[in-house]
Parts: sequence; structure tokens; C-alpha cells
Amino acid sequence: MPHTKNALSFTLHLADTALILAQRNGEWCAHGPILEQDIAITNITLDLIGQARNFYQYAARLHEANENAVTEDSLAYLRTEGQFKNLLICELPNGDWAQTILRQFFFSTFQMLLFEKMKQSNNTQWVAIAEKSIKETHYHVKWSSEWVIRLGDGTTESHDRITKALDTLWMYTGEFFIPASYEMIEVTALKNEWMNKVKEVFDEATLTIPENVFMQTGGKNGVHTENLGFVLTELQYLQRVFPGAEW
Amino acid sequence: MNTPIRKFYYGDIPEENTGGSINAISSNEKAWPLWEVFIRSKQGLDHKHVGSLHAADATMAIENARDVYTRRQEGISIWVVESKFIHASDPADAESLYEPAADKIYRHPTFYDLPDAVKHM
Repeated sequence: MPHTKNALSFTLHLADTALILAQRNGEWCAHGPILEQDIAITNITLDLIGQARNFYQYAARLHEANENAVTEDSLAYLRTEGQFKNLLICELPNGDWAQTILRQFFFSTFQMLLFEKMKQSNNTQWVAIAEKSIKETHYHVKWSSEWVIRLGDGTTESHDRITKALDTLWMYTGEFFIPASYEMIEVTALKNEWMNKVKEVFDEATLTIPENVFMQTGGKNGVHTENLGFVLTELQYLQRVFPGAEW
Repeated sequence: MNTPIRKFYYGDIPEENTGGSINAISSNEKAWPLWEVFIRSKQGLDHKHVGSLHAADATMAIENARDVYTRRQEGISIWVVESKFIHASDPADAESLYEPAADKIYRHPTFYDLPDAVKHM
């Protein structure tokens, strides 16, 4: 049934996106610029892992019709790069704190609009997950916006760093709004609101939205940057080396 | 005299053998100020001091407090105040400030015979 197939692909896309960003943010654990912010970024990481689990569990249930051996764990640990449907921006290296923050701001702002829309879908599972997640997403937006403003409107060095991060990341923001064939939420319609929110924060941060930038795509269909292989190698190592290991 | 103190932040990995870069040493010009955090655990109770943390400004202090001190649903309200604004009694004065109260047991309301009709005292 094509409908179920699309629902599965879309659910996996949401799960993979949350998981890969969580894995990247998790690299900050014990390396944050200061203890309090170390805890803040890892809290966000745990929120994202929670979302990923919810989506993977649902995806595993959608799978059950055809295959029995699929679980949330097998979906996360035993698929290859080509099967992952996460947004490219999530798999990029963390860079410095400015780059990590700016990515979180772009992503969380998008995710907040997406979940808002998802709450009105007719899929009860998505509605439930969106309702549960959106509260934490609001906090992620607040936290990351404040950091973007703080760095953009801060010292010369902080402004330079976040401008450099903007140059690196902007080309990966177009993918949010370019729908994949399986996508069941109209993401194109979220673009204006996203741009408005970004502009609002950028104005305060004295940053300028770049123009005429070629936008990278592919993640939603399994065509990734070279980074994802390295992320998965670390993420999946244990299950690959000791299949079925538990603790 | 400014005595150099080696100050390590959480997660710092010294890059040189002697440990700790010279930049990280005190004078505190780059360090964020310290804030005291007070959390109210539920309606009707008072805010209680729970600890302190570093933050660049009040907004960040509240968010840091949320992330550090309310992860396990410890609170529904947060107060922060910059530590430098707290004035404390001098421990050296303890003798004159507190000890005189020690032998004045008549200040405790324990010498009254309460009528049976009075409850909840």
C-alpha cells in the first residue's frame, strides 16, 4: 500500500534527522565551553534522542506488516548511509560553538513549524509525538536564538565566528522546504514563516541573510555528504561488532 | 599581588604538559559572573537556595538554572541573583551575633500552659 510506504519513509526521515543531530550534539558532552552550557546542549541532545525513539518505534510498527525482525534498535543501528533519510545539515561536523548554535537555531525553528503543522495531520501517532515534542522544541528555539543574538551582536570575534558559520551552513537550509516524494506534510508552505523568524533574530544579531546561494539536497533520499559514514561508524560500532549486545 | 591560580573548567583538556593554558588563569576578566539560584518546588512553598552557576546575564542564568537544577522536575519557579549582590554576616562575628541567644531559653514559647481548647499551636 503506497500510503503506508510513504508514512514509513516519512517517519524514518523524522527519526533519522533527530538521531543524527543528537549524535552530533552529543559530541559536545564534556567539551562544552562551560559546564552550564555543556549541560544545556546535552539536554537538547537527550530531547532529540527521545523524539528519535518515538519515531523509530512507530516506524517499526509500520514495518511489522511485512517484516517481523524490525525494531527501533535495528532501524537505528543496522541501516547504512544510503538508507538514512536525515537532513544533510544534521550530519555536518559541529565546527565551533557558533556553528553548532546556528545549526540548532535553523533546525529547531524549522522543527517547531513542522510540529505545529504535524499536530493537525490525520495520523494520530504523529499528532501525539508532535504534541509531546513541541514544548521542548520551543525551548530549543529560545535557547539557540538567544545564543545567535549574543554571538552576532557580541564581540568582533564572536561576530566573525558566527558569520563564518552562516557561510558554511546556509546552503543546507534549503533542504528543509524541498519536499521528498514521500513527504506527507507540506514543508514548502513553512518557508515564509521560517524566513521571518530567522530575519527577526538576525536583525537583532546584526547578521544578514545570504542571497542567491545554491541549496544542497539529497539527504531525504539517502544521498549524503561523506560525513554521515563517519557518524554512523561511531554510532553503530557496538551493535556491528557485538551483534545483539545488551546492557 | 595577583596570585596566578590554575582554573580548570569542566571538560577542559590542558594542551601543554604543565596543564592549563595561561589564558585560563584567573584575573577573571573573561569569566562569567557567578549567580545564586533559588528554586520553588511547588505552589505555596518558598524559594530555596539550591546552588550557584556561571552565566553572562540574567536570562542565561535562568536558562542555565533550568538546565542544571530542574532536569528532574525539581521546580516550577526560579530566582537568580548575582552573587556579588549578596551581603553576608562575617563568620568572625559569630560569637557576638549568635552565642548570646544560647542561654535565653525564655525566648522559646515553651513556658505557657495552653488551654486544651487551643489546637494547632
